[in-house]
Amino acid sequence: MQPAEIPSLPRGVRLHWDRVRETWVLLAPERAITLDQVGHAILSEVDGSRSFGEITAGLAAKYSAPQEQIAKDSAGFLGALRERRFLEVA
Amino acid sequence: MTKARPPIAMLAELTHRCPLSCPYCSNPIEMARQDSELSTDEWKTVFRQAADLGVLQLHLSGGEPATRRDLEELVQAAREAGLYTNLITSGIGLTERRLKALDAAGLDHVQLSLQGTTPEMADEIGGYNGGFKRKMQVAEWIGAIGFPLTLNAVLHRRNLHQLPRALEMAVEMGARRIEVATVQFHGWALKNRDALMPTREQAAEATRIVQEARLRLKGTLVIDYVPADYHSDYPKRCMGGWGSTGLNVAPDGQVLPCHAAQTIPHLSFDSVRERPLSEIWYEGSAFNAYRGTDWMPEPCASCERKTVDFGGCRCQAMALAGDPAATDPVCIKSPHHVDLQARADAHAAAENAALVYRTAPGKAPEPAE
Repeated sequence: MQPAEIPSLPRGVRLHWDRVRETWVLLAPERAITLDQVGHAILSEVDGSRSFGEITAGLAAKYSAPQEQIAKDSAGFLGALRERRFLEVA
Repeated sequence: MTKARPPIAMLAELTHRCPLSCPYCSNPIEMARQDSELSTDEWKTVFRQAADLGVLQLHLSGGEPATRRDLEELVQAAREAGLYTNLITSGIGLTERRLKALDAAGLDHVQLSLQGTTPEMADEIGGYNGGFKRKMQVAEWIGAIGFPLTLNAVLHRRNLHQLPRALEMAVEMGARRIEVATVQFHGWALKNRDALMPTREQAAEATRIVQEARLRLKGTLVIDYVPADYHSDYPKRCMGGWGSTGLNVAPDGQVLPCHAAQTIPHLSFDSVRERPLSEIWYEGSAFNAYRGTDWMPEPCASCERKTVDFGGCRCQAMALAGDPAATDPVCIKSPHHVDLQARADAHAAAENAALVYRTAPGKAPEPAE
């Protein structure tokens, strides 16, 4: 993921509050992925208009953490979703 | 025994009616009659109970689910209940107007089956003239609306050579995913082993093609692969473990741990017409029969893979070893393994075996074994 790239969730992939297990999940075609707090925090910022750089800068400010570390963790997580076609990048 | 966790997925077999008559259909030999099918309101109640139970993924299947005239209404009710809706269809019975109505109802995803990559192959296997042409038209409409699409290519000895073309077609249709599914021998397929069993060479070639395509199409097309079962050394992790992640509601409301569970004669099944889904899942005798690992005899009980594949498929153990608690005969540790491999090769070498097509629910007599 490059800072200028804009990630988005494609049609058929959405965040869902699982009220039975009391956790956030990512629902995708024939898959349900349990999200930890970090995963949910990142995907909540993905809106199809803000760039990866803007998202990680925002998270760094929000959680008072180094942007470099957040960018590294987020890129791995989003990259894995992209490979499974659960995330699009423009 | 530890308490079961809630199920993630539910397969709703809305009907056993279908315009196609594929010789490997996973529906039972004895199908539910149309007049026994759950009503629209009954299905809606089941969907709400499923969501309350913890189901996230709803697979609307059949038979052909588009045969139900209330499909659009059912999709809307499932979405309102909070379920992710997946339509498993041959495409036959869907029009552009109905697809737009399904879009408006909130349908999340479509899984389109593929019986072959040419009209000749697809129409012969599906037993339905013009089916392939119609399916290609439906695929275009699906793409135009923008539904996420999975192509489900069902492969066997007759059409395994078409796998490369099936992969190309998935990319051309804009599918994000393809399921390369070698026929599993249950239900109708069990009657067609002589006609459909892949050769050992075909099975190995399919694996090679899939491995190559996964690298080449990384990020474009996700490939899920179900290899030829009888030629394997370890059994499938059937249903992710019996009564652990999924359940199946038959057209008449019977709740099954898997779609073939009715072939195990000593099991009895609860109906959503008589018991709440939650009670059936946690307390039903059929779900508890093979849940976890306590039921396992040797060699499964002391096997290091017992929580990897849960002893394989109970229905296959029933069909091939005559004992639903036996180790799946596919397993290299089963005393039946060597015999099964020999039988697989014999089925694969059978010449001029005619296809035994599935019949319509409640009409034709059962074909001879």
